[in-house]
Amino acid sequence: MSMDHHEKNMTEYETCEDSNGINHVKENKKEHKCAENELIEKEEEKPVISLKNISFSYHSRKGETSALKNISFDVYDREFICLVGPSGCGKSTLLSMLAGLNRPESGEIQMYGKTTGYMLQRDYLLNWRNIYDNAALGLEIRHKKTPETEGRLKKMLGDYGLADFLKKRPSELSGGMRQRVALIRTLALEPDLLLLDEPFSALDYQTRLDVCDDVANIIKKEGKTAILVTHDLSEAISMGDRILMLSGRPATVVREIRITFSDGPLTPFQKRKAPEFNAYFTELWRELKNCQKLPAGE
Amino acid sequence: MRKSRQKDRTYTEKARGKIRKKENTEKMYVEKNERESGRKNQGKNAGRSEGNRSEEKESAAQILYVRRLKTQKIIITILRLLLLAGFFVLWEIASEKEWINSFVFSSPVKIWDCLLVLLKGGELLHHIRITLMETFVSFGLVMGIGVAAAVLLWLCTFLFRVLEPFLVMLNSLPKTALAPLLIVWLGNSMRTIIVAAVSVAVFGAALSLYTGFVNMDEDQIRLIYTLGGNKWDVLTKVILPGNIPLILSTMKVNLGLSLVGVIIGEFLAANEGLGYLIIYGSQVFRLDMVILSILLLCVIAFVLYGGIQILEKRLSYNTK
Repeated sequence: MSMDHHEKNMTEYETCEDSNGINHVKENKKEHKCAENELIEKEEEKPVISLKNISFSYHSRKGETSALKNISFDVYDREFICLVGPSGCGKSTLLSMLAGLNRPESGEIQMYGKTTGYMLQRDYLLNWRNIYDNAALGLEIRHKKTPETEGRLKKMLGDYGLADFLKKRPSELSGGMRQRVALIRTLALEPDLLLLDEPFSALDYQTRLDVCDDVANIIKKEGKTAILVTHDLSEAISMGDRILMLSGRPATVVREIRITFSDGPLTPFQKRKAPEFNAYFTELWRELKNCQKLPAGE
Repeated sequence: MRKSRQKDRTYTEKARGKIRKKENTEKMYVEKNERESGRKNQGKNAGRSEGNRSEEKESAAQILYVRRLKTQKIIITILRLLLLAGFFVLWEIASEKEWINSFVFSSPVKIWDCLLVLLKGGELLHHIRITLMETFVSFGLVMGIGVAAAVLLWLCTFLFRVLEPFLVMLNSLPKTALAPLLIVWLGNSMRTIIVAAVSVAVFGAALSLYTGFVNMDEDQIRLIYTLGGNKWDVLTKVILPGNIPLILSTMKVNLGLSLVGVIIGEFLAANEGLGYLIIYGSQVFRLDMVILSILLLCVIAFVLYGGIQILEKRLSYNTK
């Protein structure tokens, strides 16, 4: 199925008339070939999550709003997926469904033995707990607070530069550090799948770039599968292995783009400077504009 | 692509040029300043010494500021004490010179004598103890029932939706109106007084606590659910600890209300306690006794309030 998408991508590349675009097509073709090989490998692998025809709508007294419509996609092990789309299109709803907070009205979510960890838009550290107790909140709730897990938590806090702040109050930490604590709080439960709901949107630009690198690094190091929801295209390109573009309400998957960089493993910040970056950006940007135009044209 | 890169380059070069220009002007500005300060201080180390002095100046200003705050605090305390003393002195003089009727208005000296007499008999301490005990018991009940009711209503919002109008009605009902009924139902006992005092405060406490619980940050609650918690976790990890400031401020209000309730109860159904002393005094025209009791109530209210404030300061230090 992703193969079909892939071919569609290629044809669309060739038909586009923008001079910049054509240049990129030439560059990208080579990579797409590598990507194809990868894809074939992935195809043999079983997906860890598969969504089939998910639909969901919100109900209020005034009526119902359809938020998601016939969404289907697969997620493979250790893959980093980015969901992008116009704001308010139901991306967060999709995530909370994967986390099991909402149930789809129709359709099916299959998770193959995967536990999820959810990271919210802001850190929501509880200001009546110190940093350590905040990071241990998940363990406490799941009654998993043993010397072993606590030892691991302390090590993780130490690894990510928070060792000196364990007894501090959340208000004494910078935005980036707070976000790191929030990530560790999620990771402490050892989820296989991380759901990131615009986790950087509350940070200022500079911190955002830093934390992006941090988080990508942590996720790669811990070998997690991740789904990131964002409305920031450059963030999606710099972090994701695959980008799924959703349309405006009711959201459907309009496009699936595999992101590959020729220079081997790069940090998100390095990817932002890589030559392929702009091509992906222009493509996504055009697509986003298209799917926003559609409802107005009708 | 190449074109755009070239564009980029020219753009960045332009930007660099601008920055360089800016740097130059800044440098010139700094040099100019240095020259001027050099002229003033006539020495190569002029800049450094001036820096030191300005640092000292700042700290001196800080000292001055702190000192001013301290003196202000002292002045306020002195003024308060003077106001209190002045009030008593004026009262004494007025009754001595018969500007006011000393039988009706009594006088500080008479009240002092009354205090000594009642203390000697030991009955005053007994009355104070009774009133304090009743206040603490009803305060404890108000907070206990209030928090429990608020938690119950929060756990079961449907219950709140059913009960809301009744709670609002009971809260705004003047509870003194219930007192005669309570006497008939429960008799002339301490039980009546405590029930009266609890009824004064409990509905308001439950309602304001419930409002606080409901208005807790939705996303913090969501956080607990994302970590795999249930409603009980939300209650114990977010709702209760997050509302400690609110619980403390409700405590502040309700300690005062409990005292009010206890005195009302003692007016109607008691043969001990400060409220009883006030009623008794007025019946036998011992107005010094009445005023003494009122003054003692003032002191009690002040001390209790102060106690909660200290508690509040400690706990809020812990939470922040």
